[in-house]
Amino acid sequence: MSEPTSPLPAGIAARRRWMGVLARASAAEIAERLGQAPPLPPHQRLRGPETGLAMVRGRQGGDGAPFNLGEMTVTRCSVRLADGLVGHAYVAGRDKQQAEWAAVLDAALQNPALRPALLEAVIEPLATAQAERAQRDARKAAATRVQFFTMATMR
Amino acid sequence: MSTTLAGFADPVLEAQRCFRALLEAMSRPGRVQRLATGLEPPSPLSQAAAAVLLTLADSDTPVWTDAGAGAADWLRFHAGCPLAAAPEGATFLLACAAPPPLAALQAGTEEEPHRSATLVLQVAELQEGAGWRLTGPGIESVHRLLVKGLPDGFLAAWTANHARFPRGVDVVLCAGDRLAALPRSTRIEEP
Repeated sequence: MSEPTSPLPAGIAARRRWMGVLARASAAEIAERLGQAPPLPPHQRLRGPETGLAMVRGRQGGDGAPFNLGEMTVTRCSVRLADGLVGHAYVAGRDKQQAEWAAVLDAALQNPALRPALLEAVIEPLATAQAERAQRDARKAAATRVQFFTMATMR
Repeated sequence: MSTTLAGFADPVLEAQRCFRALLEAMSRPGRVQRLATGLEPPSPLSQAAAAVLLTLADSDTPVWTDAGAGAADWLRFHAGCPLAAAPEGATFLLACAAPPPLAALQAGTEEEPHRSATLVLQVAELQEGAGWRLTGPGIESVHRLLVKGLPDGFLAAWTANHARFPRGVDVVLCAGDRLAALPRSTRIEEP
C-alpha cells in the first residue's frame, strides 16, 4: 500500500503511519507481536473503548458532489500513560481490545525512549504482513482481470 | 482539542445516576442532592457541575462556559458538545464566576418554553434549613435554602426570570459534589 504523500511534519506523518498500521491489524495479530515486545507501560482510560457509527462520505472523481456512502461501525479509545502522553485509536469494527491496545501503543510510540523498540517489535512486522497480504490480494485479483478492447483498437 | 483527564468511568451508569439526581433536584426545588461520582474534573470545575454537563450536554446542545480553555476542551472531548461563542446561543451555560445576565439567555417561546437555556452556576456552599424562603411547584409549604458565593443582584434577576413564566431560564446551583436546582417556577423570598 502506498503511503499518503502530504506536506506534513515528519512526526505527524510517522504517527499517522503507525496509527494506520494498528487500525488495520487484528487484536490477535497485535497480541502476538506484543508478546515479543517490551512490556507496555500502565495506562488509564480517558474515553472508551466504545463502539459507534460513523458516516462514510464519498465523492465521485475529484470534484463530484459529496454523498453519503453508508455507515460503518467504529470503535474508539483514548488512554493516558503515567507520564502524561495521550494516545488515541479509531478502528473499524467492534473489537474493543484492538482499540485499547492501539491507543496504548499510540501513546507509548510518542515516547522517544520506547519508540525504536516498539516500532521494531510491533509496527514493522505488522506493516510487512499487511503489505504482503495486500500484494497477494492484488495478484489474485490481477489473475482474473479481463481486458476490454474497443472496436477502434481492434481494427 | 484534547485533554489528559478522564470522564465518567462508566458513562452509561454514572450518567443515569446523575440524571436521576438532577430530576430529583428539579422536581423538589432547593433540596440538596449529593452526586457521588469518581470524577476528576479539570479546575475550576466542581465535581457536581462537571457531572451535570457530562450528563446533559451532547452534540445537539451548544455549551457556553467561562471556565477557561482546559475545561472547555475537556467538555468538548467527553460530551462532544459544540462551544457557543456567546451566551445567547447556548443551551447549557456553565458559570464559575459572575454569570451572564439571565435576561440575555434563551428563554424559549410561549409555544415552546422548553427551548430555553439551563444555567449551571458554581457557588461556594449550599445549605438547607436557613436563608432564602422558596415556594412554588414541588414544595409543599416553604423550603429554606442558604446559598453562599452568589453574584450580586442574583435575586433581582431571578424575580424577573420567574415573572416571565412559562418562558425563562432554569438554574442548577453546584457546590463541590452537591447540587440544588431552581426551576423557573420557583419563587424566592429573602428571609
